[in-house]
Amino acid sequence: MTSVKEKQVIQDEFKKRMDEDELLNCMRCGFCLPSCPTYIESGFKESHSPRGRIALMKAVVDGVIEPDEDVERTLDLCLGCRACEPVCPSGVKYGHLLEEARDIINQNKKHSLPVRVLRQTVFEGLFPYQNRMRVLTNLLGIYQRSGLQSAVHHSGLLRLLPDSMTSMERVLPKVPTMKEMKNRPTHLPALQAQKKRVAFFSGCLMDTMFLKTNDATIKLLQHAGCEIVIPKEQNCCGALHGHSGEKNMGKELAKRNIAAFEDLEVDYIITNAGGCGAFLVDYDHLLKDDPEWFMRAVAFKEKIKDMSAVLVELKFHEKDLSVQPQRVTYQDSCHLRNVQGTFLQPRVLLQAVAGADFYEMKDADRCCGSAGIYNIVESGMSMQILDHKMEKVAESMATTIVTANPGCLLQMKLGIEREGLSGVLRAIHIADFLLEGLEGQLEGSK
Amino acid sequence: MISERLKKQFIHIVGSENYLDSKAEKLVYSYDATPNYQAMPDAIIVPRNTEEVSQIVRLCNEHKIPLVPRGSGTNLCAGTCPTEGGIVLLFTRMNKLLELDEENLTATVQPGLVTLDMIQAVEAKGLFYPPDPSSMKISTIGGNINENSGGLRGLKYGVTRDYVLALEAVMPNGDVIRTGGKLAKDVAGYDLTRLFVGSEGTLCIITEATLKLVPMPETKQTMLALYQDIEAAAKTVSTIISNKIIPATLEFLDQPTLEVVEDFAKIGLPTDVQAVLLIEQDGPLEVVARDMQKIQEICLAERAVSVQVAQSELEAEALRTARRSALSALARLKPTTILEDATVPRSEVAAMVKAINEIAIKHQVKICTFGHAGDGNLHPTVATDARDHEEMERVEAAFEDIFAKAIELGGTITGEHGVGMMKAPYLEWKLGAEGIAAMKAIKLAFDPNNIMNPGKVFAKESRKRVVVSR
Repeated sequence: MTSVKEKQVIQDEFKKRMDEDELLNCMRCGFCLPSCPTYIESGFKESHSPRGRIALMKAVVDGVIEPDEDVERTLDLCLGCRACEPVCPSGVKYGHLLEEARDIINQNKKHSLPVRVLRQTVFEGLFPYQNRMRVLTNLLGIYQRSGLQSAVHHSGLLRLLPDSMTSMERVLPKVPTMKEMKNRPTHLPALQAQKKRVAFFSGCLMDTMFLKTNDATIKLLQHAGCEIVIPKEQNCCGALHGHSGEKNMGKELAKRNIAAFEDLEVDYIITNAGGCGAFLVDYDHLLKDDPEWFMRAVAFKEKIKDMSAVLVELKFHEKDLSVQPQRVTYQDSCHLRNVQGTFLQPRVLLQAVAGADFYEMKDADRCCGSAGIYNIVESGMSMQILDHKMEKVAESMATTIVTANPGCLLQMKLGIEREGLSGVLRAIHIADFLLEGLEGQLEGSK
Repeated sequence: MISERLKKQFIHIVGSENYLDSKAEKLVYSYDATPNYQAMPDAIIVPRNTEEVSQIVRLCNEHKIPLVPRGSGTNLCAGTCPTEGGIVLLFTRMNKLLELDEENLTATVQPGLVTLDMIQAVEAKGLFYPPDPSSMKISTIGGNINENSGGLRGLKYGVTRDYVLALEAVMPNGDVIRTGGKLAKDVAGYDLTRLFVGSEGTLCIITEATLKLVPMPETKQTMLALYQDIEAAAKTVSTIISNKIIPATLEFLDQPTLEVVEDFAKIGLPTDVQAVLLIEQDGPLEVVARDMQKIQEICLAERAVSVQVAQSELEAEALRTARRSALSALARLKPTTILEDATVPRSEVAAMVKAINEIAIKHQVKICTFGHAGDGNLHPTVATDARDHEEMERVEAAFEDIFAKAIELGGTITGEHGVGMMKAPYLEWKLGAEGIAAMKAIKLAFDPNNIMNPGKVFAKESRKRVVVSR
């Protein structure tokens, strides 16, 4: 429950901090409604639409209603997929409004003790520290490799957890060892005529749990003609913090990243996770009120590029790429598509791989329901969205689902597990898939 | 206010999950797409069938509770804003396509069905439902019927009214009636169907509609004619029609509108010309080719600087989509966007465009104009800021002048958006006091307790007629 005093403080903060022009910019035309997954899945409830959420934020600012549990609920249930932004003719920056509103609520509300402990552990104690991420991933590795995992599976202990968590435990990738994680090189040469010098944003989760995908991305970039630098001082992008109402921590992480990359003299800073990339290109907005950092953030943002965008720019798709015959479909990463505007390039790349019969799935641009930690905290809605997504996957008759973001990848794996299709359908990150294509060809030429 | 006892009765009818009255839910149904209108309802009810609607209406009539039917709330006359409180009746659960009759060429639908969903279902069978309001991706058939919506194809094909054959409606006393039928001819009694279409929820609640379909036109071509002189563009409109060609679409966009639309759609619209006409013709191949050729000649004779024909359906669709987003895209200019809907006989489009430009200068407001020039339906739009009261007064004065001018030219105060709350004070300019009295008599006969969308169409006070200074 939010106390009367907390509501008052939240309301005052809304008046102070919410961008009134942006709120007024929504002229309530409703063009956003058909693009909003929670509007559709909730049975067309206005309160779960972007137009409704903006109206509620504005009503709190105007003092028409107080920020009660129902208001909070509608904001919580938003996936933050930002599919409403590209279809908004008025150009409302919904994502920024949501981020600010969530931050105000979270910073001024006393969470229950367990929630507080969990939030502190995750946001302050874990993600900002890459070495701790490694330790945690290593523990998972020990659990997976020691035989404990199969013991647990046999014991039925998992039945104590909610459904989605049990499935999640099954779909986590086989993680790398501590040694592999620590041996991250800092500089790699181009493997053919050098065209660009780039920096690689390795991320936190991507460089531990998804280390293999990072390695694949690096190899692809090398083969595309990139010299790569990977600064050791970089850290988590802060997206999770920004989206969960921990804006200040997000700002701290942003500054550390900007500092880590700014003297490298590179053409681009490459990302391979749609969610991280979208947060990185928004650093200028995040730091807009900080005169010391704003221009530095702009310079940083202008260099951000998703791996698939740079690969297409460097004509990687004109290489000979081939895989075993399979039907492939692509699930967009919402943030890659809606915020970074990168959606053609992954498709260009996939269609260039011989053996991959590319099929465009219906509503590929609609969120899969992963959305950061949404699938854990809003499990019900997330699984409903996922089930509908899996229906579209089934219609596509694909045997491979390619994604471009770790969250989406895990969610699709979860979907496959829930449908009992693990033998016949797989989900894979686009970097890993393209590496298969490249290596298939390299082996063939040997 | 709704008593606890009454609330229980409503919940008994629809189930607790379909009765909403939290503050947040009331807030999100307190508005529609009309700027500056907001009022809280007492509750929102989501009926699942006609029988439930009938029971709800009966209860409301008994307790004199206002009822506002609502589709997706995209209308621009405050028609679905619950200005007198009461109940918002939401049709999200009555959204089915009940029947597609290929022998009689009809579609029977529930009111909550989204217009585009129906159009796609119909087109999959090679049939055509012409009314295409700009909001069709979101708006519902019920809303279209209540507001008698138009669209880009109105010039050649008419508006929603021309395609409604039959209705099922719940009357204010709870009675369920059926009007019309799947008939090409029917002169049995008063034409209630046509009376209900466009009645803006003030006479009854529509719970089912049978719509007329026509065969899909064989081909379609789209072109853009560019002008450096706005009035030359407007003049072209009347010249095309006086040459006895009726295009399927004949849309007008001025330069500021082009600029914001291009900013959103990014399809390469020309932004360095003063105006464009978006012209389409459909029908048999030879007819389309002949008409397009002739239209092109007329445009050039009327001083178009160039004429471009869309090379593919994809390109044509991009143009239409861009045009449909014009209103919302104009919101990029300033926080508040007020769009009007003045309509004149199409021979007077040039005179009206000229008058709008003069009125803008007179009141020192920025007016962008776009609209369905072919049917004389223009949307002069002002980008303003509702917080600037002084400017808002000038905006209002400018719109008064625009309405007065439209009527002077033989036009009307709204061509497709409806009267609602927004235009109610001006209705008398169009109808006269006697016309209002006749309409009020109908309203009173149907709805003696005034529960059906009260405060809409009929204003408490009419605007004094201003004299336009020229």
